[in-house]
Amino acid sequence: MTLADFGWAIVRIAIMLGFLLSVLPLVIWLERRALAWFQNRVGPNRLGPFGLLQPMADAAKLFFKEEIVPASADRFIWALAPALSLFPALVAAATIPWGPNRLLTPVADVDIGLLYFLAMSSLAAYGVLLAGWSSNNKYSLLGGLRASAQVISYELGMGLALATAVLASGSFRMTSIVEMQAQPLWGVAPFLHNWLIFTPWGLIGGALFFVCMLAETNRAPFDLPEAESELVAGYQTEYSSMKFAAFFMGEYIAILAICGIMTTCFLGGYLAPINFSPIQALGEQGGFWGVLATITGALMPPFWFILKLFGLFFSFLWIRATLLRLRYDQLMNVGWRFLIPVGLVNLALLTVYVIWGWIPSLIGYGVAIALYFAIFGSRKPQRREVVLVSEAQPYRPKEA
Amino acid sequence: MGERILFFILAIVAILSAGGVVFSRNPVRSALLLVLNFFTLALIYFTLSAQFIGALQVIVYAGAIMVLFLFVIMLLNLGSPDAMPSERDLKRPLAYLIGFGILVTLVVQSQALLYPGAPQASPEVGTARVIGLALFTQWAYPLLLMGVLLTVGVIGSILLARRRAS
Repeated sequence: MTLADFGWAIVRIAIMLGFLLSVLPLVIWLERRALAWFQNRVGPNRLGPFGLLQPMADAAKLFFKEEIVPASADRFIWALAPALSLFPALVAAATIPWGPNRLLTPVADVDIGLLYFLAMSSLAAYGVLLAGWSSNNKYSLLGGLRASAQVISYELGMGLALATAVLASGSFRMTSIVEMQAQPLWGVAPFLHNWLIFTPWGLIGGALFFVCMLAETNRAPFDLPEAESELVAGYQTEYSSMKFAAFFMGEYIAILAICGIMTTCFLGGYLAPINFSPIQALGEQGGFWGVLATITGALMPPFWFILKLFGLFFSFLWIRATLLRLRYDQLMNVGWRFLIPVGLVNLALLTVYVIWGWIPSLIGYGVAIALYFAIFGSRKPQRREVVLVSEAQPYRPKEA
Repeated sequence: MGERILFFILAIVAILSAGGVVFSRNPVRSALLLVLNFFTLALIYFTLSAQFIGALQVIVYAGAIMVLFLFVIMLLNLGSPDAMPSERDLKRPLAYLIGFGILVTLVVQSQALLYPGAPQASPEVGTARVIGLALFTQWAYPLLLMGVLLTVGVIGSILLARRRAS
């Protein structure tokens, strides 16, 4: 590794962290304003234009808040937990390419790009779990236990959903996954890109990943770990001042990182919706076409990436404002009995496509959907009574 | 040179955390130190260009198994080991003997591998492609047997966890 390589690596890291941290106030402002609009309120609009400076004021307020340490807390682990929730979130985005320039992005284009993301997101459970335990508060503990059970359950579904992208592109490398999606749509429409979401396996995998994404980041409707009506504030009940802010930052950065993964694996990454490569070819002549080629080839891709990223984030807000929180047994049922079987069948049919081509694969999808409706379609949803059995799993269906 | 310094830092952290797992009086801290140990081990794999194994080490051990361990420790709220009755039987000396035997074997084996001019593994050997090709061609039957073993384990745990029909 030469000194120049080292310098470029520092530049790449600085750009990624700089983007994540500087876009954070905007994201928090967007969340508050958009939720307000959804709920027919105004939201924070006093400080700065459109209330844009409100997150800054909140951060300044949190800096000056007194930090209260619970008397019976395990102090070392209690202080470690916010850091453990912030660290995986900050480093998880390191393999995501946000543009075609390999000097600036991604931070590390490693052979195990997706596995690296899975590894880092699996470490995210520790911050929440330890925060809940070390606070020595029953609400915190319940929140922490719920969060870790949820994250473990949905990690499997997430892995299966991401495996469709890996199998379709033949590589764990993020840049290869994006390049695979740069091919013509279904191999026939050269002016469009073949985003994975436009294929049957990609559509199902993307939908599964979207659900898992909500659950992994503990967002509504999967926000049981911090259900305020049952658990006060869940695992972060005992945290105040900057430690609370650290959890808050960790949550939003994790959302941005996971939206970046969804963008890269299913929505074509930094690729434009239209294939601009004819303009690239014309750009060789220079002049007007050269300028246009620079804009479409070098300047626009980060813009497309950020547009998709914020579109996904907005869908998070939309869902939060629209859907009700799930019950614990519903959460586990969705994870284990729906996402994982569907993910496995989807993966098997994608394998059929890879080996035998698209006709047998589409027939397989038809058969699978017909079978699903033949078996489950006629069943009416059962009404279930729930009883309180134990603290960690408050609701369970009553035994028949 | 840089790699060697990195290795020594990681090795020291790994050894200290492994010692901490054994000597810590608090089960949660023991488990956390074990996580740290697994993580440094993964980093050592990375420096040996075994990136696939390193990533799996973090996903499987640090990310899944240790979360379950911590989960159970917290759910059962285990006290300190002082509360356990200390048994005076053959188990403890036997454990020391076996541990020492494994240590000696490891040292001897690693000495045998480290002679000057030993063949170096190519940096490609740790990629997902190479490992996948080896697993699904050369070692396909052992892999299938492992799959059967895991399936048996899953079915067995479901049977154990199933509520008895009363």
